[in-house]
Amino acid sequence: MSATRPTTAFLTDSTLCIGCKACEVACKEWNHVADDGLNWTGFSYDNTGAVGHSTWRHVKFVEAPPELGMGGNAPDVASWVFSSDVCKHCELAGCLEACPTGSIVRTEFGTVYVQPDVCNGCSYCVVSCPFGVVQRNEKDGRAFKCTFCYDRQKEGLTPACAKACPTESIKFGEINDLRLRAQERVRELHGRGMDDAKIYDPTHTNVDGLHAFFIVRGDERAYNLPPNPVAPTAYVEVGWRSSAVAAGMLLAGSLLAFLGAGRR
Amino acid sequence: MSNNPLHSQGPTFTPGHRKPDIASEARLIEIRREAESKGRVSAPGVRVPGAPFPMASPETGYYGIPLLKQPQWKWEVPVYFFVGGAAGSAAVIGAVANLTGADAKIAREARYIAAGGAALSSALLISDLGRPERFLAMLRVFKKQSPMSVGAWILAAFGTVSGAAAFAQFANDKLDLRPVRILGNIAETMSAAFGLPFSNYTGVLIGSTVIPVWNHNIATLPLHFGMSGLNSAVSILELLGNEDSRALNLLGIGACSMETYEGYHLELRRDPRVNEPLKHGANGWITRLGGVLSGPLPLVLRLIAGSSGSSRSRKLRRTAAWSSITGSMLTRIGWVRAGHASARDWRLPLGLPEQKREAPLQSKEEFPRMRATGD
Repeated sequence: MSATRPTTAFLTDSTLCIGCKACEVACKEWNHVADDGLNWTGFSYDNTGAVGHSTWRHVKFVEAPPELGMGGNAPDVASWVFSSDVCKHCELAGCLEACPTGSIVRTEFGTVYVQPDVCNGCSYCVVSCPFGVVQRNEKDGRAFKCTFCYDRQKEGLTPACAKACPTESIKFGEINDLRLRAQERVRELHGRGMDDAKIYDPTHTNVDGLHAFFIVRGDERAYNLPPNPVAPTAYVEVGWRSSAVAAGMLLAGSLLAFLGAGRR
Repeated sequence: MSNNPLHSQGPTFTPGHRKPDIASEARLIEIRREAESKGRVSAPGVRVPGAPFPMASPETGYYGIPLLKQPQWKWEVPVYFFVGGAAGSAAVIGAVANLTGADAKIAREARYIAAGGAALSSALLISDLGRPERFLAMLRVFKKQSPMSVGAWILAAFGTVSGAAAFAQFANDKLDLRPVRILGNIAETMSAAFGLPFSNYTGVLIGSTVIPVWNHNIATLPLHFGMSGLNSAVSILELLGNEDSRALNLLGIGACSMETYEGYHLELRRDPRVNEPLKHGANGWITRLGGVLSGPLPLVLRLIAGSSGSSRSRKLRRTAAWSSITGSMLTRIGWVRAGHASARDWRLPLGLPEQKREAPLQSKEEFPRMRATGD
C-alpha cells in the first residue's frame, strides 16, 4: 500500500435514486448500527426521518407537483424525487473543530471519523454540526455518525452504501474525479431538459465544500439541505472578545469597589 | 419561469390553507353510506382539488423535520453554568479583597466558594458525561478553536489552584505560617487569573454552536453570563454574612445595572425572528422572570440599601441576594431551553419564509422518531 491515500468522496445523485433504501440497510448491516424501531412518520414513504446516531444513511422522499414529460408521470400524479442523505464530511467540519477530546479526526482519506474509544460523550459536536448529522446515543453515552466505512476503505473496499446501491445513485471515488463527474452529469441532465439539476456542494461559507456532495433538482431546501451552512468556529473569536470584555469589567469593577469602599 | 419541479408547475400549495371542499365531503358521505349498507366500497375515493400536496418544498422545508439536532445536555449543564459563573467571579472578588488588604473575611470565604464551586462544577460535568474517567479524555488535547476544550482546561486549572488556595486558607487558620500565607496568596492570584475566563466562558461555549438563538447572541452572551455570575458571587458572599460590605454592594449595583441593560436590550431592542424562543411561551416568561429578578429588582433594593440604616440595609441586601441568585439560575435555564426550541425551529437554518401558526407541521413536538431512538 502506498503511503499517501487518495482523498475520497461520495456523489449522491438524486436523479438516479429509486428510494429502495438499500443504502440504509447495507450501512446498518455492515456497521452493526442498532435498530431504532419501526415508526411510521406519515411523511410520504420516509419512515426514517433524519440521520442520527443510529441512522447513517437516510433516503429522503421529496414529493413534487405533477410535471409532464418527466419520468413518464401521469398528469395528475405527484412526482417523486429521492435522495440518500449522509454525513457531509465537510472540508471544515464543525464537529471536528469542536471536539474537545480529539476523538473526531480527519482520516487519511480526508473523511471525518469519530473514534469511539476516545469519545467521552460531551455532545458538543451535536450542537456544532450545521447539518444536524452527529448525535449522542443516550444509552451508550457517546456520539456516532457515518464513518465513511473507514474500515472498508482501509482495505480498499467501497463503502457499504455505495456498494449496495443498485442504480449507482451513490457514487464513490476520488474527490476531484467525482467533482468532474458531477459536473458532467449536471450538463447531461440540462441537455435532457432538467434545467434545475444542480450540484449541492457549498463552498461560499466556511464549510468550504463537502466530501459528500449531491445532485439535486431545484431548491435544496426541499431536501432539508441548508443553503448557507456555517461551521460554528466562525463565532469563536467574537465570543472570546466578549469574554475578555466581561473579564476586564469583573477585574476593574472589583478593584474599584474594594479600593473605593476602603477597609471595612 | 423557473424549471423547478417543486414550485413551477401544478397548483400552488400553502399548508394550513386547505379549504373544506363541499363536493369531496358530499362524495365521502356517499361512500361511507355505501360502506355501511353493502359492507364494501367499489368506487375509488375522492381527490381533493390540488392533491397530492407536496409537503417538501422550498416553502415548507422537508416535512417540517428540523435540520439541526437539539442539544443533548442534561439538567446538570445549566446548573454548571450557574455554579461556574459564581465560583469564577468569587475567586476574582476574593483575590482583590485580599491583595488590596480591604477585607480579610470576604477573601477567606471567597476561597472556599471558589474551591467548592470548582469541585461542584467537576461533579456536575462528570454526572453529565456518565463516568468520571470520561472527563479525563478532555485533557488529552488542547484545542484553542474549541471553547469546550479551552473551558475544560480552564476548569481543570481553576479547580487545582483554587483548591490549593482554599487548603492554604484552612492551614493558615489553624497555624499562622508565613510560607503557607505566601503560597496561599500565589494560588489565590492564579485562581483569580483563571477565574476571570471561567466566570463567563460558558457564554462563548453555547454561542459558538449552530443553534441559531445562541450564535446570534454570541457578542453579548459571555458578558451577560459573566455579569450574571458576578451578581450571584456577590449575593452568595452577602448571604454568608457580608451584608455590611460597601464594596460588595457597589459590585452588586454594577452587575445588576449590566443585567438590567441586557434585559432591556433583549426585551425592547433585539427583535429578530431568531430571538423568538427567548420571548415567547413559557420560556419567554422564564427568561423575563430571570431578567427581572437578577436586574432591576435587586438593583433598586441595593440602591435603597446603600442609603438606609444598617439593619434595614441588611434586610434589603439579603432580599436582593436571594433575588439575584434565583434570577441568575433562571437566566441560565431560560437560555438553555431557548436553545432547544431554536433547534426545533426548522425554518431558521433553511432560511424558509414565515408562515401562519396554523400550519399542519408544527415543530413544537419533537419529531416522533427521534423520541424512539436510543432504545
